[in-house]
Amino acid sequence: MSKNVLRIENATMQFGGVVAVDNLNLEINQGEIVALIGPNGAGKTTAFNVTTGVYQPTNGAVWFNGEKIIENHPQGKMKKLYKGENDGKYTHVLAPTPDKITKLGMARTFQNIRLWKSQTVFNNVLIAKHCRTTAGVASAIFRLNRREEERQRQEVLELLEVVGLADVKDELATSLPYGKQRRLEIARALAAEPTLLLLDEPAAGMNPQETDELTAFIGEIRDKFNLTIFLIEHHMNLVMNISDRIYVLDFGKLIAEGTPAEIQNNKRVIDAYLGVAEDA
Amino acid sequence: MTLKKKQTIFTAAVLLVLLLASMALDATLPSYHIAITCVKKATVYALVAVSMNLLNGFTGLFSLGQAGFMLLGAYAYGVLCIPVAKRAGVYQYFDGGLIQFSLPEIFAGFLGDTIGSTVGMLVALAIGGLLAAAMAYLIALPVLRLKSDYLAIATLGFAEILKAFFQWNALGPITNGSNLLKSYPSFEKGTSYILLAGAMIAIIVLLINSTYGRAFKAIRDDEVAAEAMGINLSKHKRLAFVISSFFAGVGGGMLAMYNGTIAAAPFKSALTYEILLIVVIGGIGSITGSVLASFLYIFSSEWLLRGLDSGTFLGINAPGIFKNGFRMAVFSVIIMIIVLFFRKGIMGDRELPDLLVRRNKKSRKEAAGK
Amino acid sequence: MRELIPYLINGVSVGGQYALIAIGYTLVYGILRLINFAHGDVFMVAGLVMVYATASMPIYLAIPLALIATVILGFTIERVAYKPLRTAPRMSLMISAIGVSYLIQNLAFYLTGGVPQPVNNPIPWISDTVAIFGASTKRVTIITPFLTIALVIVLVYLINHTKIGMAMRAAAKDFETAQLMGIKINSVISMTFVIGSFLAAVGSMLYFTNYPSVAITSGGMPGLKAFVAAVFGGIGSIPGAVVGAFIIGLCEEIIKGLGYTTFSDAFTFALLIVILCVKPTGLFGEKVTDKV
Repeated sequence: MSKNVLRIENATMQFGGVVAVDNLNLEINQGEIVALIGPNGAGKTTAFNVTTGVYQPTNGAVWFNGEKIIENHPQGKMKKLYKGENDGKYTHVLAPTPDKITKLGMARTFQNIRLWKSQTVFNNVLIAKHCRTTAGVASAIFRLNRREEERQRQEVLELLEVVGLADVKDELATSLPYGKQRRLEIARALAAEPTLLLLDEPAAGMNPQETDELTAFIGEIRDKFNLTIFLIEHHMNLVMNISDRIYVLDFGKLIAEGTPAEIQNNKRVIDAYLGVAEDA
Repeated sequence: MTLKKKQTIFTAAVLLVLLLASMALDATLPSYHIAITCVKKATVYALVAVSMNLLNGFTGLFSLGQAGFMLLGAYAYGVLCIPVAKRAGVYQYFDGGLIQFSLPEIFAGFLGDTIGSTVGMLVALAIGGLLAAAMAYLIALPVLRLKSDYLAIATLGFAEILKAFFQWNALGPITNGSNLLKSYPSFEKGTSYILLAGAMIAIIVLLINSTYGRAFKAIRDDEVAAEAMGINLSKHKRLAFVISSFFAGVGGGMLAMYNGTIAAAPFKSALTYEILLIVVIGGIGSITGSVLASFLYIFSSEWLLRGLDSGTFLGINAPGIFKNGFRMAVFSVIIMIIVLFFRKGIMGDRELPDLLVRRNKKSRKEAAGK
Repeated sequence: MRELIPYLINGVSVGGQYALIAIGYTLVYGILRLINFAHGDVFMVAGLVMVYATASMPIYLAIPLALIATVILGFTIERVAYKPLRTAPRMSLMISAIGVSYLIQNLAFYLTGGVPQPVNNPIPWISDTVAIFGASTKRVTIITPFLTIALVIVLVYLINHTKIGMAMRAAAKDFETAQLMGIKINSVISMTFVIGSFLAAVGSMLYFTNYPSVAITSGGMPGLKAFVAAVFGGIGSIPGAVVGAFIIGLCEEIIKGLGYTTFSDAFTFALLIVILCVKPTGLFGEKVTDKV
């Protein structure tokens, strides 16, 4: 059994009276590619946001490389409103900001591309290296960190080479075609030197050929950078081709988990996607 | 020769020409000449505008507290630099004031008159900057959590609070209450202003092009993405705020030097607005633009367009129209036109070296066309 | 306590005047998410127009003229300076507002020659001295709070029970959807500026009756304070703005009464910063969250 990288434990996210993610339990092991699928509005992106610290879960915990990084329990108004399970199981509050989680080795992309618009392709990737910078402000101003800066620039060049964006490195990020912008987002996430990469719908808006290329690309970077990958995706071809395991969410609840073959034949999953016939 | 090298030479050449020009002005004109005073004032405004641009243009934090930080710098300079012998006269309502030393005199004691008092004045300016930076550090935590316009109004309010404190009679032994601070020394030559402000602006440019400056721009472009990529938002915003305030403080000290007197009243929100509009005219996100706009603004409002206020302009004599206030009215119309129709300002987000690139691209295209 | 009574009476009155200005801020912010920095200057222009008008014509013409002129000014500002920036970033809009404020002040400086215009008893009846609770004060001080409340009731009725009011509420809730639903967004926005300017003009007439002159910078402070009142009450909420304005007016006058006049302005801003840090949505504001 390989090492456990990410464990989401009884995570519940409730907005007002709406339970977006309900008692989610999920595990990802070293080197795996795990997909989180489900119909629109099932709570997939919310689960991502909880994992990366953008939202604080209402209840539950998240473990990363064997260490508890996030924990919360219903407080204040939520005490009365809380509709989820395991109330009282958690007592501590551990709520790091997203940047702290990224520094631990978790990096993500966004469903609606969020590149830095005024910056070049090269700078978009270079800025993501900032969180690994050791130089202080004064040494950065007076260029005493020249060696580190040079090394980072070199690494960015190499990274752009790997993802195939080296020829457009001086273009503005937003001037790239859509598919390349998605690739750039992945390159940017890689620059933060993660061990776990979270991809939020990396193939959204891509045509079948681009999707195939992306499928191969995700496999490549997993091997090259020794990554564990957690992804949300609607393109079933991509999901079934590269995932080691799949989790299925519906209305915030986990309804199935298993290998691609198991998921394809799971009745609850089929019902969730296609709806249940009245007379069946 | 690579493009980068060309750009460096071009930039250095332009800066050198400007420096020589100001030295020539200093050598040929008396120090009270309008050209020299304009150079001084424009340089001070350039520094403050650039410091504001660092925050508003490069980090995307819409702060309107600049006047408050300038006020701190100005007072620190005045209080620390008034000669001991003149304190009794300046602080006549407060028994000569609480502080009975003067930095330029202390340093003159062991470094000689000329060098010593210059060092003392520089130290006083730096203390003013540090005071402003410390104040920024204190208020950053609550204030920087606020978004765009709330941040603007909170910093504006903070500057007003500072102003009230400096006019408070109980602090009179230090601030002289609502009375003027005066009789402190100042730099005589325009070139001194240019060198000092130039060095400050150079540091800001170095900062903006460093890894921290890139992080600031990432925060401006997309805060959520910046945080997700490991940039600590509160730390970096505070950093930008503190650094910007430091330079605003130094700028305030230099403004005090230029004016010759200090009172809290002129450091009102109108001063911040004036500087903000200079930043907008120059281009939000362009250091070169801010400097250029400061010079244009000060030279035309203080000197070139003065005829608009005093009856005769460009040889046209119309005292009925060209009367007191017409200059500023014309000015504000121009500003509105820029705000509405030329939103990028003079420079957009381009800098001095970029001017060369555009021309190069054009000529390359022309060459390719042939 | 006895010495404080005149200050309390004044506080209620000043609060009412702030309330009339604050509504203009809160309405505009509710829809455009813009701090209309020029609103304080519109208020100042209303004062100037009143001074000029009452000096040269009978009062029954002067008052309507001042009201109409102010409304036209507010309407024009929106059309010229804000409408072209509908799709621009919010920062541009705010800069434009600051630019307009600068422009109005400089134009006013030019037209008045830079001299504060003396207020010579423009509306005679309301500046008569009357006695209340043993303190003597001008009649305007007594009238202001009642007039304010009456106008607010009319406004709330207008917003809750008329078609344009419904459109305003819809636009405040969701600008784009309101537009898609066929609401003529530009006329709704114009309407908010018309209402805001009208109330500011009324507030201006009451306010400057108590002052010896109108200077070109007279609008700045009351404007900012009214804005603070709007934030305090929860920006976008009319009752919030009114309550906030009365609280700020009272606090300010009490501080003056205690002998700390230097800090009466500073207090308002300290209050603002505290509110923004503790409860950024104000007393009656709604919470907004960013979507990732």
